[in-house]
Amino acid sequence: MSSTNQGAAVRAAGLAGRVNLQQYVVYFGFLAIFLFFAIMLKDSGFLTVRNLSNIVLQTAPATIMAIGLVFVMSAGEIDLSIGSTVAVAALAAAVTMQSYGMVPGIAAGLGCGLLIGLVNGVLVAYVRLPSFLVTLATLGLFAGVSRSLTDLRSIPVTNETFTGFFGSGALFGIPSLIWWTAIAVAIGHILYRETRFGAHVLAVGDNARAASVSGISVPKMRLAVLMISGALAGLAGLLYAGRLQAAKYTLGETDLMTVIAAVIVGGTLLNGGKGSIIGALVGSLMMGMLNNGLILMGLSVSDQMIVRGLIILAAVAVSLREKSR
Amino acid sequence: MNATAEAMTGRPVLALKDIRKTFGGVVAIENFSLEVHPGEIVALVGDNGAGKSTLIKIISGVHPPTSGSIAIEGEPVAMSSATMARAHGIEVVYQDLALADQQTVYMNMFLGREPTKAFGLLDRRRMIDETEKLVKELDVRIPSAHATIRDLSGGQRQGVAIARATHWASKLILLDEPTAALGVAETAKVEEIVAALKTRNIGVLIISHSLDQVFKLSDRICVLRRGKQIGVRETKKTDKNEIIAMITGLQQS
Repeated sequence: MSSTNQGAAVRAAGLAGRVNLQQYVVYFGFLAIFLFFAIMLKDSGFLTVRNLSNIVLQTAPATIMAIGLVFVMSAGEIDLSIGSTVAVAALAAAVTMQSYGMVPGIAAGLGCGLLIGLVNGVLVAYVRLPSFLVTLATLGLFAGVSRSLTDLRSIPVTNETFTGFFGSGALFGIPSLIWWTAIAVAIGHILYRETRFGAHVLAVGDNARAASVSGISVPKMRLAVLMISGALAGLAGLLYAGRLQAAKYTLGETDLMTVIAAVIVGGTLLNGGKGSIIGALVGSLMMGMLNNGLILMGLSVSDQMIVRGLIILAAVAVSLREKSR
Repeated sequence: MNATAEAMTGRPVLALKDIRKTFGGVVAIENFSLEVHPGEIVALVGDNGAGKSTLIKIISGVHPPTSGSIAIEGEPVAMSSATMARAHGIEVVYQDLALADQQTVYMNMFLGREPTKAFGLLDRRRMIDETEKLVKELDVRIPSAHATIRDLSGGQRQGVAIARATHWASKLILLDEPTAALGVAETAKVEEIVAALKTRNIGVLIISHSLDQVFKLSDRICVLRRGKQIGVRETKKTDKNEIIAMITGLQQS
């Protein structure tokens, strides 16, 4: 009927503006912040190759965690536990490496991530507890575990093969952290955009009932995304341990907020069904650039936190506006 | 019409015999028998709570019947999930359509059954081509196979859901209140699409509250009241008064 058609047309027109805004906000934001700092900080060394490549290196762990979170959020869930998984994985790797060498150390780190993902996943997918509460609990739980196991000490990582591979090394002149970021983004993007797995993750987050009657195992997908997220948080822990040549319970502690912001700014909807790995990468770089620029501008740690919080607020506002059409 | 008589002589795509379903001690369906032939549209009518939805769930494999038999093209089948019903060529268009709103039309067409090419990568080209072909055949007017479901009107969404069922159903399509949420023009369009399914040689079982629609579309009408099958009538040989009497139970005999 004409009235419903008109309504649809009006909705479609309003939607077009919002979708574009939401989808591309991260790229505009990235550019705007880059230009702002490039002008404001041109005498403080922001634009030097060294500083810019430092930003990429520093954001590597957050970017890799963000990839996992894109999968989780696209499936309509959340994973807050990545904030402490990083430290647990790094510590497990560091401790194991001291006695058994590099490969068992790597396995221990990634294994811890997978295991935490498995615990979250089983509770969310099969016990049907809300992922927000489950991962909030495991966030606190594993933060406590990493503190109590190490007595708040830091564990040195001296294996040079490991620190080269996960930290300071380079291949063909490109730092290993950039390799890790590129590989994780590429695999993540293809898995997310070009495979049945990615399509099913989105379907589950979009309409779990529709996915279920279409023969997609909703619990399996929920378990899978949380395990991916756990494993990638474990990998992020290895990257921290490699770069800093030590593992400590504080690793990744402040990343949770940054990662969530990066993912949402990058165009992934909080309620699932839609997202972008590339957007999360750009979002993560943007957050890294913001941190870097704010430090160069001489802002205190507390001021940085305030600015970051405001950015997240703005991002969530845009995201929810889009969703509540 | 000749088509009906012709269809009646063929083997039924779906044959339900003495279906009985109880939940705990409560009898939801009893003594239900019905055949649906290829190219035939059978309407299932009855008041709220008459057992229509239960019957749809039995045929779509969600709830196996307590007793009785289901045969598809003469072969007895035991279905314990919607996936099994789909494997037997039965597709359901649910009342809520079961579409993923933020995905494209073509992804919804292939939801859960996406074709892949080398290395397990999605075969988008094929999904888009097949979607466009079918949408054209069924005359579902959508902007494009790339359109996102939530940008479509109610009638267009219903069209997509029916197109999906048509694409996958080799034997039978169950339509649960396909026009309940639609306006007049959109209802007419969806009715056109449903009527066109007859030419595809599959059986159609449609639940509807609109007797006008039932008389417009169906070859036969099956009436349910309080879980009991009251009777089946050939649409051409009955009228609304008789069907209403059967639905409400105010029938003399």
